[in-house]
Order: sequence, then structure tokens, then C-alpha cells
Amino acid sequence: MAIRERLSGNEAVAYAIKQVNPDVMPAFPITPSTEIPQYVANYIANGEIDTEFIHVESEHSAMSATIGASAAGARAITATSSCGMALMWEELYVAASNRLPIVLALVNRALSGPININADHSDSMGARDTGWIQIYAESNQEVYDNFIQAFPIAEDRRVHLPVMVCQDGFITSHGVENILLVEDDKVKGFVGEYQPEHYLLHPEEKMALGPYAVSNYYMETKRAQRQAMIQAREVILETAARFEEMTGRKYGFFEEYCMEDAEYAVVIIGSAAGTCKAAIDEIRNTTGAKVGLIKIRVFRPFPEEEIAKALSGVKAVAIMDRSEMFSATSGPLGAEVRAALYQAHSSVEAVNYFYGLGGRDITVSDFKTVYGNLETIAQTHVVTGMYEYIGLRSEQSKEV
Amino acid sequence: MKDTVEIRWHGRGGQGAKTAALLLADVAFKTGKYVQGFPEYGPERMGAPITAYNRISSDPITVHSNIYEPDYVVVVDESLLESIDVTKGLNPEGAVIVNSTRSREEIADKLHGYKGAVYTVDAKAISIKALGKNYPNSPMLAATVAVSKVMGKEEFLKEMKASFHHKFAKKPEVIDGNMMALELAFAQAE
Repeated sequence: MAIRERLSGNEAVAYAIKQVNPDVMPAFPITPSTEIPQYVANYIANGEIDTEFIHVESEHSAMSATIGASAAGARAITATSSCGMALMWEELYVAASNRLPIVLALVNRALSGPININADHSDSMGARDTGWIQIYAESNQEVYDNFIQAFPIAEDRRVHLPVMVCQDGFITSHGVENILLVEDDKVKGFVGEYQPEHYLLHPEEKMALGPYAVSNYYMETKRAQRQAMIQAREVILETAARFEEMTGRKYGFFEEYCMEDAEYAVVIIGSAAGTCKAAIDEIRNTTGAKVGLIKIRVFRPFPEEEIAKALSGVKAVAIMDRSEMFSATSGPLGAEVRAALYQAHSSVEAVNYFYGLGGRDITVSDFKTVYGNLETIAQTHVVTGMYEYIGLRSEQSKEV
Repeated sequence: MKDTVEIRWHGRGGQGAKTAALLLADVAFKTGKYVQGFPEYGPERMGAPITAYNRISSDPITVHSNIYEPDYVVVVDESLLESIDVTKGLNPEGAVIVNSTRSREEIADKLHGYKGAVYTVDAKAISIKALGKNYPNSPMLAATVAVSKVMGKEEFLKEMKASFHHKFAKKPEVIDGNMMALELAFAQAE
């Protein structure tokens, strides 16, 4: 029987860490992820787990130590947010290219400036090209479930890539919600004992990790990383299927909500998907408009063909980004979803909005406006409001 | 009771409004409800205005936005009435509960024409009587449960007692005082 609990997102991740009992966790505190290493330190102090916690002087060192531990053959994890991950930048690439199955609990937060501690996907979207698998969550339940699934995905021999398990800062990290926890022995059985294949402390196998690669070899390592990311697709789905067998909770690359007959769709990532679901329920119960949602769970690898297929029946789609990339055109999700549609020769009308930057709230009413806009776009075939910021202060809207 | 009861807390950093919201989520969870308890974070510092929220429902809750049209508003610090329109969006069928020594009528005059019910609780006096110190959040939590009826009195007190036994395992001498604060506030708000 599942354990009925109420936990914040940070508590849920810490609890999953306790159940997994990884070998090493180097970490440096940064809001809003600080509670994760704090709770883990408590578990260690209370003798509940024997993870080796490494106190470091910066996030640069936190990721470096995690890489060292993982390279040595340990199951190694860390947690961070925002500027903390920015300081890990160099090491993020090192972790991925050295094919280290590290699991990182990322609590999404805006990057400076202006300095801001609230939810925003700029940190992980900035790191989308580092070679890490990225998995996002709508709720505390999902971040817990994703965190447990991250280990078998990362450590699978077809993959050997680090995984970033993302949740929205404060909205889920500090919000207390109902959650169903899996029993300790089941979690332990699910993630299994970590048995690295090649590692630095292997007594018989002498190896070097992370040496210089001349131009004659560098490109092959990138192609190998690409291959691992391609193979991660099947491993992510296999892991999800195994997780569903254990818990009954179904996961894939993305969730489709009311998409069977949808004419107007939103594509979004993270906690705002829940608010969008409430808007969908309300719209379908009142006007009856056929509205639906695609909530991206796996952003890396990007499920290009699947998304295009899921959107093939709709008349108009709004792709909503919680981070800027200052291309002066799309946001990261907007660019990729539209590329997927183009590749599938889709003629669906698509609009790309920005929302929620630096924790700006998005409401049920905002989503109702978005769906209203989509109906207009579908009727007129004129895409108005492209790249609009949802919920901007009105006086500033006029300026831009 | 409506399908989902939404509550907004106004307090100042350090007064425990966020803790009270999380405690309310906790006890409501124990009575079998789906709950949310979450703070809205600004630049946190002692004395700065803070807001916290609760959603309590018999069904799963997916909304992750703040609450703009609450059923109940709790004001842990009366001085906030001068700077914040605490009843903004508040359901006229609901109520506002203010920590104050003043009468309901005096407080109602400061609420920008809010037409719904107004309750006052002297949380400071209750806390000092019961605990010897000013911890306004526990009395305000009890008053909120009394007014909103999100759970029954006996159920609430039973679950809170269990929480206090857990929370104050190392100083059981404060449990009775905390329970007394809850009961006094519950009676005053009823």
C-alpha cells in the first residue's frame, strides 16, 4: 500500500533521496533548493542513511565533487537552483561528456538580474544544450516520482547520462500538497544496487577519465553522446512502464490532458499545467469548447515526432515559455515545438507566449484568455499576439 | 461547504502566518482532505508583510496559482489594515478574521466597504494568558477553523494535540498551554 502523506516538493525529493540512500551528495545551499541538502543532512545526522555528505565552498565545487565521486564509481547526486547551477556551468558539460549518471535535483528559479528567487525556467533552459537529460514536474507527486525514475534512466548502459529532475521553485518546492509515497523496499528494489561498469576505483581496470581529445576524436565523443540521448528515449519509456507497474501512475514524454478531441491546445512545462487543467475543466463544463493540454515532462531528449503527432488534430496551439532566450523571436519551447510541427508538415496555427518569469503568477483566468485567443486565431488564420508576455503590467505592455 | 475552500493569510515576517497556513494544511490533511498550503515569497525579512494560502477540498487540487478570490481572509497583524486592502476579492459570503482588541464594528469600518462577516480575536491576550508569550498564530489558526468550519472542533483539537505531542516531544510542558490557546480562540471566534 502506498503511504498517504502531505509534503512540500523539497521534502518529497529529500524523502526520495533517503529511500535511495545514494553514496555521495556534495551540495552548496541556494534558495529555493537549500532545504533538500538540509533535510538530507538531518537524515544522515540521525543515522537513517549512510550517504557521505560533502560540504563544499561553492556550486562549482559541488558539481566537481559530484563528478569525482561518480567517476570513482559512486552513486552521486546534488541539488541546486538558478545562479548555483550557473556556477556549475563548466562541470555540467564535463558530467555529460564523461557519461556520468549523476542525478541533480534542480529547483527552478530565475537568474539575475534583477535578483529574484522565484520560479522561472531560465536556469534549466539555459542548460538544455549541456547534454543532460531533463525531466520536469507539475506537482510534488511528479517530482518525487521523477526523482526515483531518474536513477535507472541515468545508470542504464544504453544511456550513461546525467539527469536533471526539475521542479518549480516555491510553487511546488515550498508548497505542501497531498502525495503518495512508495514503500522504502519497493523504491530500493526499483532503483537497484548501483553497479558501475567502468570506474576509476576499479581494481583491475586502469582508465583515464576526461583527458584531452584532439580534433581527430572530439567529434566522435559528441556523436556518442547524441546516440546515448537517442537511446535514452526507450529507457525513459521502459522505466516509466516499470514505475507504472509498481505504483499505477503513468508517465511518458509528456502528458495529454483532454487531447482526444481537442481543437485548441496549450503546450507548457511545470506547475502551471495544473492551473491550465482547471481552466480546461471549467471551459469544457461551460462553453464546451474543445480545449486540451500537452504538458512536457521530458524536454531532453526532445520528443519531436510524438509532439507533432499529438498536435496533428488541433486547429491552433499556444506554446508557453517560462523563460526568455532573447532571440527576439521564440522562447526555447516555442522554437522546438514549432520546428517539430514544421518537420511534420503540419499546418496548425501556432502562437508562442511568455509567462511566469521571475515567479509572475499565472491564473485560471489567464488560461481562459489564451484559449479564447486560440479560437480567434483558428477562425481568422491571423496569428496575433505572437511572443506576447502574459500578465505583464499594463503600463509596460503599452511601452513594448 | 463549497467544493474547495480558499483561505488567504496576511501577516508580518516572524509572526508565524506561513506556519499557521502549513499547520492548517496539516490538520485538514489528517481529516482526509486534499490540501495545499503555500507561502508567497518576497524579499523575506522580519516585520515585512507576507501572504500565505490554503486550499482545502474533497477532490484533488491541480491549480497552482495564488488565491485572488478567497472564501476567508485571516489577518494576523492588525496594522496591515492600514497598508493592505486585505478583503480584496474576498467572497461576501465568507468572512475576515482579524487579530485585534477592537470590536467587529470598529474593524469593519476599516475594510473598504466589505459586506461580509467580520470576526475579531484578541490573539495576543489569549496567547499571553495561555503561553505567557505573544504567539498569535495558534489562536488565529483555531479562530480560522471555528469560522470556516473546514473541520469540527473536536476533530481539530484532537489532531492539533497529536501534532503538539510530536512537535514538542522534548518540551511537553508547553503542550497544555498551546491547547488552551486554541480552545480560548475557538470559543472567542464561534
